[in-house]
Amino acid sequence: MVYLTRVEHFNAAHKLYNPAWDEARNEEVFGKCANQNWHGHNYELYVTVKGDPDPDTGFVFDVKRLSTLIREQVVEKLDHRNLNMDVDFMQGKMCSTENLAIAIWNELQPALPASVQLHCIKLYETPRIYVEYFGES
Amino acid sequence: MNLNRKVSVFRKEHFNAAHRLFRADWDDARNEKVFGKCALPHYHGHNYELEVKVTGVPDPETGYVIDLKILGDIIKEEVHSRFDHRNLNLDTEEFKNLNPTAENIVMVIYDLLRPRIDAAMDLQIRLYETPRNFVEFPV
Repeated sequence: MVYLTRVEHFNAAHKLYNPAWDEARNEEVFGKCANQNWHGHNYELYVTVKGDPDPDTGFVFDVKRLSTLIREQVVEKLDHRNLNMDVDFMQGKMCSTENLAIAIWNELQPALPASVQLHCIKLYETPRIYVEYFGES
Repeated sequence: MNLNRKVSVFRKEHFNAAHRLFRADWDDARNEKVFGKCALPHYHGHNYELEVKVTGVPDPETGYVIDLKILGDIIKEEVHSRFDHRNLNLDTEEFKNLNPTAENIVMVIYDLLRPRIDAAMDLQIRLYETPRNFVEFPV
């Protein structure tokens, strides 16, 4: 079993704001991240798949195809967008890095061929903050 | 050792902000043609990384060009407090009528910091909008 990772990136605006709460409670819980006019990040996305190298190609998966899939399934929908307002698969969800990583998994997983398994979505919100999601165990 | 020589010292800070690039006096089509995805109406955002460079002869008593803790505090007061977790277009005085390109942001930051730093020292700012896109002022 070999693990293969492709790194992509996108830039987006978001805010952390629970509409069921009043402004004071949002500010108490989310601090500056609740700023009503948004803020934003350079997100770095690490997508890791696993499998046995194909005997003919030596590849776990064609990494160019992986890159194209990531771009088509998620990056094009996220890049230069407002995560809360513009992204269909984040509608009705809190736009935390945790939830975004889960949503990216759910968008990518069905698009991958059966010969390869999605292993991990690692998502950096800033150079110092990242989450990892390994799917439902 | 000759102590009367210039040294550059650097302080890095960072802030996260939303923005969009557009001109209110252009129509949507022209904004999109020139600024592409950066003109999208609901904003996008960046982790801005700031490198502040101060150049001068170290003080003979302290050995410092500038106390980097003090420089860090000045940057937080002038830059972080204005721009961090803000929408540059909507939430800041500086970019109400100025397109918040990296070029314009770096000049604004220079003007905010320059009066706070000893006039005998040279000041140069490098601003990263993304890990791959960055600007410097003055040249």
